[in-house]
Amino acid sequence: MRNLVKFFSRRRSWSLPYVLFMAVFIVVPLVLIMLYAFQSKDGGFSLENFERFVNQPEAANTFIYSIGIALITTIICLVLGYPAAYILSRLKPSTATLVVMLFILPMWINVLVRTLATVALFDFLSLPLGEGALIFGMVYNFLPFMIYPIYNVLQKMDHSLIEAAEDLGATPRQVFTRVVFPLSMPGIVSGIMMVFMPTISTFAIAELLTMNNIKLFGTTIQENINNGMWHYGAALSLIMLIIIGITSLFTDSSEEGANEGGLL
Amino acid sequence: MLYAPIVIIAIFSFTESKVLGNWTGFSTELYESLFSGGVNNSLIDAIKNTFIIAFVAASVSTLLGTVAAIGINDLRYRKRKVVNFVNNIPILNPDIITGISLFLLFITLGVTQGYATVILAHITFCTPYVVLSVMPRLTQMNPNIYEAALDLGATPMQAMRRVIIPEIRPGMISGFILAFTLSIDDFAVTIFTNGTDGLETLSTYIYADARKGGLTPELRALSTIILVVVLVLLIVVNYRSHRQAKRAEEMQQQLSNKKLSRR
Repeated sequence: MRNLVKFFSRRRSWSLPYVLFMAVFIVVPLVLIMLYAFQSKDGGFSLENFERFVNQPEAANTFIYSIGIALITTIICLVLGYPAAYILSRLKPSTATLVVMLFILPMWINVLVRTLATVALFDFLSLPLGEGALIFGMVYNFLPFMIYPIYNVLQKMDHSLIEAAEDLGATPRQVFTRVVFPLSMPGIVSGIMMVFMPTISTFAIAELLTMNNIKLFGTTIQENINNGMWHYGAALSLIMLIIIGITSLFTDSSEEGANEGGLL
Repeated sequence: MLYAPIVIIAIFSFTESKVLGNWTGFSTELYESLFSGGVNNSLIDAIKNTFIIAFVAASVSTLLGTVAAIGINDLRYRKRKVVNFVNNIPILNPDIITGISLFLLFITLGVTQGYATVILAHITFCTPYVVLSVMPRLTQMNPNIYEAALDLGATPMQAMRRVIIPEIRPGMISGFILAFTLSIDDFAVTIFTNGTDGLETLSTYIYADARKGGLTPELRALSTIILVVVLVLLIVVNYRSHRQAKRAEEMQQQLSNKKLSRR
């Protein structure tokens, strides 16, 4: 008992409960995805799930299509989000806080309700639902994730650097391409991550925005899991995980400590 | 533009029409039926479940995450790095992967899925955010303060309660709020862990509802209310921090004035 008291009076030991928790609820489940992915229905080791993915054009096509949609969404978000973040960073701090809040506010409404509202908007303007609506809905949902990190970086940027460039005779254009843009790179990278990763994995949004006509990879995974095809679903999840791992490898090297998720 | 869909929801919450986008005259019918129990029980249940789950998950996450952050901050570099890496996994992973991985965990263990599994799943993806929001407070803290408290005769527990906790409280509060909102908004993790007993939260209810073709009209009223509450909260928080900043400024000015006059 005394040993126990002594053990927990060291602050270091306080991490133990959470470490155990993480082991059970984060590490083990991920290992399980791998185990299930490499198992056939009767439990033996096999590659049949992956063979099925490669041989089944439907799943593979959905996969490629999803990546395409995610890329388009990310590019549109970047093109729209960068100027917005730039303008924001130039506002007075109090105004900027307000505008940032206005951007974040819609995110407090449930994603699905927002998506349905988008459907209503398209109905209202009598635009057809489909690919266009899908991309619009994705951009609409994920644009704040692009603006926020870029804004953060731009705002913290040392303005004397810009002045120095101007003093040294750079044109406004040069100031932007040579100083501002390179310095905002970490924000751009984390913005791209924060848009690309969720767009590639969404499922419900796509169903609602296209009246179930267009399937994304997330939907395929969900359907398989729901229909009890856990092994195949796990294999598909693993493929998605690998894609995400690759994306974060790309971005990890250039990004150090750009904060994720701090939307409050 | 960002607001167009929301404005539409808000406007159409004041009409009775079954379908969103069809104006059939002004009425507050939807609000009345939301509060008088005119809607079916399953919506009310879903709302209740959402808030119970969010509250429990956010509370446990805040506790677990804070204790963890204090511990992690005291770990050696190597170990700290590993723990932080694992902590970031649920943040970086898409919800659907987190959901499926937990689903596989629960079926492998043979646990019946329901309330408990949803709450555990929510704790899993909320706690990392709490850790992340408490951690900066800890690293910024002067470690000597804690040592000083110990030197002055405080027990480690007292030092914790009187020195560390007050210092990290803002991080805990924002961690709690973040966890709460994440939990309320979650869909993908919930749908994989809520089992087959028909446990619904607001988002899974909306999903099922939307798939059936329409949206329960009362949801428009509910969304509008949530939006207004959030708007008011944000304005209050903003106004308060604004005033605090101003007050601090004034104090500083007074102080410097005093210094000047003393000269």
